Amino acid sequence: MEASDVGPGGAGSSDVWGARDDARARPIKVLVAKPGLDGHDRGAKVMARAMRDAGFEVVYTGLFQTPEMIASAAAQEDVDVVGLSILSGAHLTLFPLIMDALRERGVDDVLVVAGGTIPAEDLAEVEAMGVAAVFGPGTPMRTAIQFIRERTPRRDEP
Amino acid sequence: MTDVSAGDGPVTDVPPPATPRQDLVDRLLAGDRRALARVLTRIENGDRVGAAASARLYAHGGRAHVVGVTGPPGAGKSTLVGALIGAYREQGRSVGVVAVDPSSPMSGGATLGDRIRMGAWHGDDQVFVRSMASRGHGGGVARATTDLVDALDAAGFNPVIVETVGAGQGEIDVAALTHTTLLVQVPGTGDAVQTLKAGGLEVGDILVVGKGDLPGAAGLEADLRGMLTLAEPDPPSRRAVPGQDAWPVRVIRVSAQTQEGVAELADAIDAHRAHLARSGEIVTRLRARAEATLLARLRALLEAQVAGTTADRRVADAVAAVAARTRTPDEALASVLTVLAERGAPWAGAAANNRSASFGRR
Ligand code: B12
Ligand SMILES: Nc1nc2c(ncn2[C@@H]2O[C@H](COP(=O)(O)OP(=O)(O)OP(=O)(O)O)[C@@H](O)[C@H]2O)c(=O)[nH]1
Ligand SMILES: Nc1nc2c(ncn2[C@@H]2O[C@H](COP(=O)(O)OP(=O)(O)OP(=O)(O)O)[C@@H](O)[C@H]2O)c(=O)[nH]1
Ligand SMILES: [Mg+2]
Ligand SMILES: [Mg+2]
Repeated sequence: MEASDVGPGGAGSSDVWGARDDARARPIKVLVAKPGLDGHDRGAKVMARAMRDAGFEVVYTGLFQTPEMIASAAAQEDVDVVGLSILSGAHLTLFPLIMDALRERGVDDVLVVAGGTIPAEDLAEVEAMGVAAVFGPGTPMRTAIQFIRERTPRRDEP
Repeated sequence: MTDVSAGDGPVTDVPPPATPRQDLVDRLLAGDRRALARVLTRIENGDRVGAAASARLYAHGGRAHVVGVTGPPGAGKSTLVGALIGAYREQGRSVGVVAVDPSSPMSGGATLGDRIRMGAWHGDDQVFVRSMASRGHGGGVARATTDLVDALDAAGFNPVIVETVGAGQGEIDVAALTHTTLLVQVPGTGDAVQTLKAGGLEVGDILVVGKGDLPGAAGLEADLRGMLTLAEPDPPSRRAVPGQDAWPVRVIRVSAQTQEGVAELADAIDAHRAHLARSGEIVTRLRARAEATLLARLRALLEAQVAGTTADRRVADAVAAVAARTRTPDEALASVLTVLAERGAPWAGAAANNRSASFGRR
């Protein structure tokens, strides 16, 4: 996956990303985190950049995040989406811990998505944990962006 | 909407909150951090719930010492805030942080990358860090930053620290919303002439030489001290209370990497607060803050009105004429004022009349 996928000059132009969602009261806020001992941060950075260019507000927490760090950041920042990037192979161990930690902090209404190297045979198990979608290597970034736009819960209730 | 509990059976397994329908503001005041996070979102969005929450919280605020941290991009502001959090936690004090990073004028999106530098305080509910995007607001902070600070104050955090967008010689709004302003400078960005220029250096109550471990830090420290000796003891711009000594601006060299100077900086912030109280300058500052807050709200209203005019055909025509250089910007302004007046801004009508009178004479 090359940076050219990010779109022309980061302009967030409508032909690449689709129209901006003006109906929302605010930009979609996303936490992008890399759980565990996994130094592969290129995909997370590429995604964070693409989301910024799509008009999202991206809290980038970077490498080596424990489940508690991720949940605490998601809770304080009150994000709409938690994006996990994992290429270490530890997803079946870490994801349940992350989902538990989120629940413990009362973060029970966010969209959780993941990217990185998660083998096809693990997808069903990962999705059963509550991860809404997995975007593996080579996913066009607009696919992930569109999914997030469509599936991010609206939380405008009083 | 994703049910994150899907893997572990029905949602009812999760113990319900004590009083599920309890008001967000009540929960915030009772120490519920999740409610605080929610309230901050609503305030940031400027919706009705947020405005109502701000109004209720205002009476609970005014206790926290509010510290602004400003300086150029990458100067080490966030890392320094992280170090200060550590110093305050050692003293048993809670800390709230609002960190602002810039929104893209093109996409409206933002990368909020301050939190990553502030260290890991998860599990410590006496530390609350909130990132926010500037959302097109100038001056180094977002429109709602002051309201978020007030909410953290009401929630009991003291001090509350505000980190601005990487800022330089112009973006000094943060000084109007804080009690103590730290201006972070780093070596290698200029020489003694830079220290003479107007802007950030004038609003700093404490001048921090950041990245004090890097070469050139001692030179910068000397330049800044030299600059301070050039000033009269009580320059009018420092707004000291008549008859009281002005705060002697301090220069402190800090390395967030070696922790050198961090404790001294925390002490200097306390000393500044004590000075404000002792000299009565706190009253002047609070009034200035109130005035800045009111003017900012007025400006926001006017800006919203002005932004609404660009949809009007006459304004679009005026824009085209200016682009084609068949009208000057000043001439085109008359069209905008006319539209504004029609949209219910009486002052715009008067301004339009004055302008056309003066242009008639040209
Ligand atoms: C480049 C690379 C490295 C670089 C990493 C540089 C960096 N800073 O990122 C270096 C050389 C350092 C490295 C080291 C290692 N690597 Co390596 N590395 C790769 C490689 C070739 C490409 C990864 C990459 O950057 N791709 C480009 C980015 C853009 O793609 P991406 O990360 O997949 O992201 C895309 C999607 O996954 C998705 N996505 C990703 N994150 C997110 C997040 C969200 C929210 C969303 C919506 C989407 C999303 O969107 C992106 C765009 O499409 C992969 C092989 C592969 N095919 O993936 C191996 C690979 C990941 N590495 C591997 C291994 C084993 C290692 C090492 C342990 C030792 C080794 N054998 O080289 C070390 C460990 C390093 C560490 N500390 O963790 C294995 C992992 C095996 C596993 N999972 O079980 C892989 C799969 C290679 C292999 N087939 O064996 N590696
Ligand atoms: N050598 C040295 N590097 C530092 C120090 N403090 C911060 N840095 C580094 O400077 C870089 C920027 O630090 P940040 O804290 O993100 O700077 P910032 O001013 O908050 O940046 P923006 O928010 O983008 O304006 C990082 O790589 C830090 O590790 C320090 O005391 N010494
Ligand atoms: N090492 C080095 N120093 C330089 C270079 N260019 C400028 N400087 C020094 O950097 C300092 C600031 O230079 P200026 O040109 O005033 O910088 P500026 O960006 O215009 O400064 P402001 O207008 O204050 O923002 C001076 O001491 C210059 O001598 C360079 O290429 N290398
Ligand atoms: Mg920062
Ligand atoms: Mg910043």
